[in-house]
Amino acid sequence: MVSALDRKLGRDLWRIKGQAAAIALVIAAGVMSLVTMTGLVSTLEETRAAYYDRYRLAEVFVPAARAPGTVADRLGDIPGVAVVETRVTGLGTLDLPDLTRPLPARFLSLPPSGQPALNAVVLTGGRMPDPAAESEALLLDGFAKARGIAPGDRLSVTLAGVKRQVRIVGRAMAPEFVFSTAPGEMVPDDGRFAVLWMGRAPLAATLDLDGAFNEALLTLARDADPRDVIRAVDRLMDPWGGQGAYGLADLPSNRFVTEEITGLRGSAVMVPPVFLAVAVFLLYVVIARMVQAEREQIGLLKAFGYTSAEVSAHYAKLVIVIAVLGALVGIALGAVFGRSMAGLYQQYYKFPFLVFRLEPATFALGIGVAVAAALAAAALVLRRLFALTPAVAMRPPAPADYSGLAGRAARLMAWLDQPARMVLRRVLRQPGRMAASVAGIAAGMALAGGMLTVMDGFTRAVVLNFEVIDRSDMAVSFTRPVSGQALYELAHLPGVLAVEPQRSAPVRFEAGRASYRGAVTGLDRGAVLNRAVGTGMETLDPPEGGILLSRPLARILNAAPGDTVTLTLLDGDRRTLRVPVAGVADTLMGAPAFMEIEALNRALGTPGQVNGALLRVDPLSADNVQAALKDRPGVAGVSVKAEARAAFQTMLDSGAGATRYSMMILAAVIAFGIVYSTARIALSERSRDLASLRVLGFTGGETAFVLLGELALVVLVALPLGALGGALLASAIAAGFSTDIYQIPATPSPASLGFAALAVVMPALVSGVLVRIDLARLDLVSALKTRE
Amino acid sequence: MTTPVFRTEGLTKTYGDGPAAVQALRGVDLTVPEGEIVVLLGPSGSGKSTLLNILGGLDRASSGTAWFRDTELGTLSDRALTRYRRNHVGFVFQFYNLMPSLTARENVDLVTEIASDPMDAGEALERVGLGTRAGHFPAQLSGGEQQRVAIARAIAKRPTVLFCDEPTGALDSSTGRTVLEVLTAINASLGTTVLIVTHAAATAALAHRVIRFADGSIRQIEENAARLRPAEIEW
Repeated sequence: MVSALDRKLGRDLWRIKGQAAAIALVIAAGVMSLVTMTGLVSTLEETRAAYYDRYRLAEVFVPAARAPGTVADRLGDIPGVAVVETRVTGLGTLDLPDLTRPLPARFLSLPPSGQPALNAVVLTGGRMPDPAAESEALLLDGFAKARGIAPGDRLSVTLAGVKRQVRIVGRAMAPEFVFSTAPGEMVPDDGRFAVLWMGRAPLAATLDLDGAFNEALLTLARDADPRDVIRAVDRLMDPWGGQGAYGLADLPSNRFVTEEITGLRGSAVMVPPVFLAVAVFLLYVVIARMVQAEREQIGLLKAFGYTSAEVSAHYAKLVIVIAVLGALVGIALGAVFGRSMAGLYQQYYKFPFLVFRLEPATFALGIGVAVAAALAAAALVLRRLFALTPAVAMRPPAPADYSGLAGRAARLMAWLDQPARMVLRRVLRQPGRMAASVAGIAAGMALAGGMLTVMDGFTRAVVLNFEVIDRSDMAVSFTRPVSGQALYELAHLPGVLAVEPQRSAPVRFEAGRASYRGAVTGLDRGAVLNRAVGTGMETLDPPEGGILLSRPLARILNAAPGDTVTLTLLDGDRRTLRVPVAGVADTLMGAPAFMEIEALNRALGTPGQVNGALLRVDPLSADNVQAALKDRPGVAGVSVKAEARAAFQTMLDSGAGATRYSMMILAAVIAFGIVYSTARIALSERSRDLASLRVLGFTGGETAFVLLGELALVVLVALPLGALGGALLASAIAAGFSTDIYQIPATPSPASLGFAALAVVMPALVSGVLVRIDLARLDLVSALKTRE
Repeated sequence: MTTPVFRTEGLTKTYGDGPAAVQALRGVDLTVPEGEIVVLLGPSGSGKSTLLNILGGLDRASSGTAWFRDTELGTLSDRALTRYRRNHVGFVFQFYNLMPSLTARENVDLVTEIASDPMDAGEALERVGLGTRAGHFPAQLSGGEQQRVAIARAIAKRPTVLFCDEPTGALDSSTGRTVLEVLTAINASLGTTVLIVTHAAATAALAHRVIRFADGSIRQIEENAARLRPAEIEW
């Protein structure tokens, strides 16, 4: 048997269905953002972990020049090493018929058994190559798709100076190439770097590595300290041209995945609480006013003899139903949205499968926060109402008492007409409510402003990096350091306008306990194509002695000008240099370090040598230049800046960066929700006052001023606070996104603040218009008859 | 005879439609001379408030015509109706309808700021005997005082006609008598036509003219030969 009160509950819910739906949707938005973002982060983490585990990704990578096969056993004897796998690998180029320049390609060996013990591959099409076949290869799935290459196609490759044909027999993904980045490039790009797997015997023969290996892969025992193992491995490999073992954390692909997840997690930690806080605020305002409007019915129920507890339970049920419905909708939307986002991410990251996970804790949190906020709002109002006797509660409330404000702002009041005084006094009388509305709208604007500033930062990073810092059109890399003479030859190619040398060497930086695997770049004094720049984008010439560290590198090493850092060369003779830090450069991509080119060459013992060149090229001759480079021996690869820029932009627009768009939309929705519901509630609360004004002869517009003037004041006060909040949020989010791979500046521009203000002002204007329309429909007669 | 301030012919008003339709006015023909106090008497739902709302420009008739002097109210746009209310009509309601955030004087100024030929707000408050309470907010005034502020607000624009819908309905008898005294004084001193809707029959004794309503039409119109002063009315 449903009690009369419960029937009332059902009918009340139906009566206020519009309002209830609005509240539920706001809760849903808050809960959805929480469920989606946390779900996405744990899905990516779980998927990565499962992928690495299932396909046995190594924990330590040991590159070397040439180590006899027997060294593998000695690696296995190192305490803490669990499994050892060896392979041969080499860098070469790929010559695609429809491309005027060679693409860099990495070749990896597969053991005769097919799948290696570590770093297995996922066959996504075709078959595994015959281990003994000289010309069969697997091609990295992402590259094959980007270039439209299918099993059965033949490719022309150059490896160790030898040009040959390989037949692609299958496509594969691999956990070590979730992202594939060409050597010397910062940003992964599917179509510009190929990975090929071939049988070990033919590959070793080509690379002159019969019976030897040049890369070992290790996994570790459960309790092993990777640093100890790496030290022991480096000692062991030193005679075999060891190039410095490194852990999974330094694997470029894994670093990208980690950075992306870190960026997402930062947003997941910072953004949903803002949404939820806004939702809670709205919930409080709306429910408090809804219960207030029930005043007479509450008096009636109490007059019938219902206890305060019974009446409270009745209203608690009402708000809980709304809150729980909203939270459930949010969870459902969050799950659906999270699932589709995760699907997009799966394609972007090239995971072969997805371990979709939602965090049940966030469901409980969402429902809990929504219900608690709803109950708190209802309780506060009910407590006030219960203090009244039923008879008083059933009468319309006495006029709100403004006498406390008699002298307040008298001077200002003297300047204002009566409608303006009404606006100002309402605001003064309930500064708490005003502050809450201001805070809500400012939070909406902060969300929009923060997101826009971060978007701006992304764009600024692209522009600064590709137009200010690096002004070349092409970068040529050589297979090995060559004499500066090569630059003259490049300069004489038709269409080449300017050439600058590049000298870079892979090194391990060490300062105190901190270390970082990176590269040091040699710069010419007065270089214009690639430069180190200061905070104001002014050129910093490489110092006479010492090294310029980029800001992220200085932070990683915790080093400042005047300190000394240790550089261990990762190829060649692995010599160690101690260099004073001469300054800190601002960069937006990577964590580079710069030395004067000849100083670097002296330190490396390779005077006058370069291993790359930056070119400025006549755009009309770009294809000819590429074609000329394609046939030059010794050219390892050519990178075209426009393509690198496009790849960077793609990375920003897909991955973690893409979430900023959806957050922007959500922010605008929330701003609209706050402004419109505030206006709509004010309208229903004050319909009697407004109808009275109309009756007194005020026009619709004049009457609307009394209502919307308050709203306008709230929005105006909220704008500067929103701008400030946006700047703070932006720097927090940008810090979350910024890594040693790219740095996002978070300086709010007038444009982004202006758009954020628009995101608040436009919904405010629209809700003003909507409320104005409602106001025109106000039935004067019935509004006057109703007793509040 | 003076020109009538209001004249209606066959005025009807129906709320809703179909079986749920309620006919509030069923063909009202009426003439209200300028400068009189007219009391509309009748039980709840008899149509007297509906007539008041139509004459006051708050509502529109379903059929028939209503003239204010030479203007047919039914032909006016919403904007023109607003202008009509602003310049010619004062309203007094049962529940006062004061703005809680404005003082007594400011509530009156609300009207004087938009009217074409208003009196000073202080003068309006003097006329209702509240000259000393001008700085008080509604919450600091009694019900009778709030109603007198409402009257001051209504007369401050020097309206042609003052509409009072149950002006004493929420007041005790002595306070109600004070309010009626203010209304008769306004009529006497300013010549404002006063229309009072009430179901308190005793109020009829102070009117020049009494119109009795039942079931949406006029049952009887009588002119009072001997009017009583509010103080003499038996409640």
